[in-house]
Amino acid sequence: MIPTLFGAALLVFLLLRAIPGDVCEVRLAGTGLYADPAEIELCREKLGLNKPLILGLDTQFTDFVGGYFTFDLGESMWTGKPITHEISLRFKLSMQMAIMATVVAVAMAIPLGIISAVKQDTWIDYAVRTFSIAGIAIPSFWLGIMIILGLLIFTQEWFGEPWMPPITYVSPFEDLGRNLSQLIWPAVATGYRYSAVATRMTRSAMLEVLREDYVRTARAKGLMEKVIINKHALKNALLPVVTIIAIEFAFLIGGLVVTEQVFNLNGLGKLFVESVGNQDFNLTQQLVMLVVLVFVFTNLAVDVFYAWLDPRIRYS
Amino acid sequence: MRRFSPKLITAVLAGSALAFGITATASAETPQRGGILNFVVGSKIPSYDLHKETTFGVIHPISPFYSLLIRVNPDNPQSATDFVCDLCEGAVPKPTNGGKTYTFKIPDGIKFHNGTPLTAQDIKATYDKIIFPPEGVPSARKAFFKMVESVDAPDNNTVVFNLSFPSGAFIPALATPFNVIYSKAIMDKEGPGWYAKNIMGSGPFVFVEHQPGSFMTGTRYPDYHHKGQPYLDGFKSIEAPKMAVRLNAIRGDRAAIEFRGFPPKARDDLVAALGDKITVQESDWNCVLLATPNHQRAPFDDARVRQALTLSVDRWGGSKYLSQIAIVKTVGGVVFPNHPLAATQDELHQLKGYSTDLEASRAEAEKLLADSGHAGLSFELNNRGVDQPYKVVGTWLIDQWGKAGMKVTQRVQPSPPFYATLRKKKDFDVSVDFNCQSVINPIADVTKFLGSAGNNYGSYEDIELEQIYDKLLKSGDEAEQRTLMREYEKRALSDQAHIGVTLWWYKINPHRSYVKGWKIAPSHYLNQQLDNVWLDKSLM
Amino acid sequence: MSTPQIYIEADDLAEIHKPWWSKLWGLCKRQPLGAAGAFVVIGMILMAIFANFLSPYDPTANSFEHMLEAPNAEFWFGTDQFGRDILTRLIYGARTALFVGFTCAFVGAFGGLVLGVASAFFGGKFDLIVQRIMDVFMAFPLIILALAVVATLGTGVQNVIIAITIPFIPQCARVVRSSALSIREIPYVDAARACGFSDARIILRHMVPNVMAPFLIMLTTFVGQAILLEASLSYLGLGVQEPTPAWGLMLQGGAEEYAESAPWVPIFPGIAISLAVFGFNLFGDALRDLLDPKLRNR
Repeated sequence: MIPTLFGAALLVFLLLRAIPGDVCEVRLAGTGLYADPAEIELCREKLGLNKPLILGLDTQFTDFVGGYFTFDLGESMWTGKPITHEISLRFKLSMQMAIMATVVAVAMAIPLGIISAVKQDTWIDYAVRTFSIAGIAIPSFWLGIMIILGLLIFTQEWFGEPWMPPITYVSPFEDLGRNLSQLIWPAVATGYRYSAVATRMTRSAMLEVLREDYVRTARAKGLMEKVIINKHALKNALLPVVTIIAIEFAFLIGGLVVTEQVFNLNGLGKLFVESVGNQDFNLTQQLVMLVVLVFVFTNLAVDVFYAWLDPRIRYS
Repeated sequence: MRRFSPKLITAVLAGSALAFGITATASAETPQRGGILNFVVGSKIPSYDLHKETTFGVIHPISPFYSLLIRVNPDNPQSATDFVCDLCEGAVPKPTNGGKTYTFKIPDGIKFHNGTPLTAQDIKATYDKIIFPPEGVPSARKAFFKMVESVDAPDNNTVVFNLSFPSGAFIPALATPFNVIYSKAIMDKEGPGWYAKNIMGSGPFVFVEHQPGSFMTGTRYPDYHHKGQPYLDGFKSIEAPKMAVRLNAIRGDRAAIEFRGFPPKARDDLVAALGDKITVQESDWNCVLLATPNHQRAPFDDARVRQALTLSVDRWGGSKYLSQIAIVKTVGGVVFPNHPLAATQDELHQLKGYSTDLEASRAEAEKLLADSGHAGLSFELNNRGVDQPYKVVGTWLIDQWGKAGMKVTQRVQPSPPFYATLRKKKDFDVSVDFNCQSVINPIADVTKFLGSAGNNYGSYEDIELEQIYDKLLKSGDEAEQRTLMREYEKRALSDQAHIGVTLWWYKINPHRSYVKGWKIAPSHYLNQQLDNVWLDKSLM
Repeated sequence: MSTPQIYIEADDLAEIHKPWWSKLWGLCKRQPLGAAGAFVVIGMILMAIFANFLSPYDPTANSFEHMLEAPNAEFWFGTDQFGRDILTRLIYGARTALFVGFTCAFVGAFGGLVLGVASAFFGGKFDLIVQRIMDVFMAFPLIILALAVVATLGTGVQNVIIAITIPFIPQCARVVRSSALSIREIPYVDAARACGFSDARIILRHMVPNVMAPFLIMLTTFVGQAILLEASLSYLGLGVQEPTPAWGLMLQGGAEEYAESAPWVPIFPGIAISLAVFGFNLFGDALRDLLDPKLRNR
């Protein structure tokens, strides 16, 4: 785990500094109104951008990595606010989105995958597969734009006033109705997309399991088909499915860049795009590390889950 | 195509009536108090310090918390000469002492939001910070005040600006909306950097909350020095980077207005959907896109090639078509169109590239290219990755140059690397460039075309042009200024074709009709304090 | 000693001697979705190759007099805001899409193949290091990596290809590696080594053919993913630039502004992208069903 984290830190550190320009240029020359080169130098000095990169003791890299030991993640180069503050604000929304999207994805994937596997090669199977591949094929931002436009047009047709989901976030504990009315749409759009992969995984896992000897035995014993599927086959088919879902969840935390743009969500994806655009090295580095951390933890959790769920079948 | 639907015409007429102060249809409308104004902003807030920043992302949410010494008249923001006092008393003073001394009177009783009084000392301290920043303090508009020698506050009610030479560019510079007044006491105690992370002013609204990346809110300041204002209870400024979101927000009434501007089709969509619930205000915009050739790179060091570039562009046709799909419209020279110093249509026709005889212009372009040995020239255009109007204009320019036999490709970069290429590395053939200012101040604004200007990226030296400008700057007579400006323009755009002016921008602000009092200005930086804005509840 | 009798039934004989198009039809019937996918894929490829002949107009010339015309007899799919024919741009866009898609898929999959097989074969420290590096890359969300690469190298076709290819390599490497690992344990590899066969020969002759199945599946998946990623990058403004015809770019310019007043501008490119990705995915699915040994004997 540590090597992965360190490697990621090094990689993002170097990659960012390979981009020409820096946050001071963006800030002061960003709108083209004239900026004095002396001002820009001053700004650089203040942010520590003139320090040597890696070699040596007091370098930008030590500033970055050393921060972890002092629990000081530093400040955003663009706004000057502490990075923990910037991230925690968006984290709530991204987390909620990730959970909701996963719930939608699972709610769609598992039943659909099972049906598809049980009714393999029938038109039901084809319909389900077409439906789920459509989820991957349709560009997510296109779907999002259509959804919002559809909402505006239909509400105007039916209710006289066009309605659009709220564009600011409130916590679900404050106002659940408003919170859901904003997040349900991107959650469905994203969840549909992610259900595609999970559906196929469920389907192929179920297919494998249904051919296993123990299932044949259970059938021979005269157990009802339904019981076989729900009690025996599903449990074991779920293993790879859970893996997929867990990994997708990790990506949902920082990866919803395009969806957030379309639905105007103040999440980590949007923060990512902005901080890369502003060349805010500190913030981008910390964000990347966060995502990598989530990914690594999720992998760990999956490994633990596998070890715990030792597949021993108990016959009824 | 619904280009001239009746709905649109009504909306624009109503809006124009508003903008030009004609209250015929609106009759004696008295402002109603109350209500929260929600508006959307397409850009983020870097820091809170308006002295340091240059983006409208800061102006729109934060202007309402502060006051200026003088400002563009909120009831007549279209005028380039109508300035009124915000903090000062009476009318904007005329200079004395041969145009070198300006004395402002500051009344008693003005207070900052934290209760401390605002006096001439605060104004002096603020302008000292802007014009003579101490070591280590950034000031983005220092260059506008080169003519100021010193700022004095002999007592708490008087501020005196001493200029080293008279300049018509001083008052407009003073009215620049970024020059908000800070508290001397706070700057003394906490240092000037305090204002980058905190908001405390004397404006119509008091800061309430900022959720980064999401919104900023303000509430009415009961002791505002313009009695009776602000009419609004408060406002909420919502961040929305994508234009479609901003547009839909107004449509779905999540926001009432957006202060930068929308392209024409967006306006049409809104009007078609909402009819008279939408009012449209339109105006020329003090922004223009330029095509800057890199004089250090052959063959752009040859004036003939540069002339060919500008000759092959059909500006009049471009104006007609691009104004339907982009936020550009008016054909103009170096000065903001319709300003007294701007060229008339006839004067424009004299410039290369502005002739109505397109065939002849393009033929001349091809001939010039052939003569200089660069027929069929191929090069790359450096452009900024912003749709409106950069990419649209870029695509159009490439097509225009193609019609004179040139083969041009486009290198589009996001803003930061675009600026790096333009400003620092200068590794471009021709680059899209621009001249965007806030207060209309042509004599200061046209410095962009001087090779010596800090924001000129063509890398050239033109002594004659500098001399013309010098005379222009020191001239006090309007007629003389006009003549000199024409000389300047002819040399910069036509004879030497240092930079190609494309089309001046056009601001289109469709907003919900219940928002009253806000008048469109020729710049998205101006008139954003919102103290004269009110909501008509009968229309909500 | 009696020779073993091999009985061939009449049905099987008929099966073996069927003409190839009959066999193909049989295949299509068994895998209708895959056949549909293959149809789309082949259609696209043909469209891209013969773009010059198929397109009625010039894809990049502005023609403002025909700005934003609805689909009509002259312009079957209508025109965009610069007056350019949308059908023409769609056809040429297939070229860009396939170019980006195939290049990224091949380079990415091939890179993954090499790394995955090598990693599995050599094992030990090499495997560990490669694994770690792959992990680091996989931990980045796809789009962030692409963003960073484009921000570093700039926009344009080549850089977009690089940006999209980079995340593909570890994905493929991981799949190929696990497949290759299962081969490595099989005794014949040890036997081959014992016979003195060189490493290269063992890898090429034994491991690679056996990881072909997952490799091909990844390849087809990648094409679809690459097309989508390019569209997403274009939506963010970081992909191919004007005036190159590309589906993602057409969506970016058209989707937001003209979704209502001129819906044909965003709808057709959206359909094109969806159809293409659809086709490749269905094709890849069918391929997996055919090649996966475990599912073969149904």
